[in-house]
Amino acid sequence: MLIRIQPEPFDLGALLNGFGAGAGAVVTFSGLVRDDTGTMQALELEHYPGMTEKAVAAIGARASDRWNLTDLAVIHRYGRLSVGEAIMCVATAARHRAEAFEAAEYLMDYLKSRAPFWKREIGADGPGAWVVAKDADEDALSRWD
Amino acid sequence: MKIDVLYFAWIRERIGEPRERIDTGASTVRGLVNQLIARDERYAAALSDLSAIRVAADQVLVDFDHELEHVREVAFFPPMTGG
Repeated sequence: MLIRIQPEPFDLGALLNGFGAGAGAVVTFSGLVRDDTGTMQALELEHYPGMTEKAVAAIGARASDRWNLTDLAVIHRYGRLSVGEAIMCVATAARHRAEAFEAAEYLMDYLKSRAPFWKREIGADGPGAWVVAKDADEDALSRWD
Repeated sequence: MKIDVLYFAWIRERIGEPRERIDTGASTVRGLVNQLIARDERYAAALSDLSAIRVAADQVLVDFDHELEHVREVAFFPPMTGG
């Protein structure tokens, strides 16, 4: 299991080189900074150093147990990220694709609502609104109960 | 009992500090919140609406009835927006 919480960009291709050796399926997801309003220049991500690493590792460990993954990686960035940049990625490897897809969805659902990151929009005039957590994201967790 | 109290995102902005050391006799997180709110307006503005706040004790998510005995670090923050 590879967990990285970092400000730097990451290279998904390099991450996947040799990832999941022996698996039958590898699934990856990348989240990018999106501009919904047409006025956003960047996102600023704040996090809770110490708790972030623990929370993400715990989420990864639960996914590994549940789907018998052969490998798993989570990279999540913080700091100021421009529109179009990758914020984070997850990769899962398993014997069959259903397990790899499900585990990736599980990881994404929990990272959204249980990893201590907070996003804020940065416009031309500087810092704007904090991104508000969506009820739908919280509700999404219940499907894994 | 001294506890390190951390604030994140708009809660940090309203209080004006990222962290501070608080001397408290509160037995639960809720007691600590009430003690802080009684200090001044900034804390009331940040912490009055508990439905808008999440809390961690020693870097693990807990609820407001969590007991503070043996806890060294409490953090208050809005619902998380990772991913």
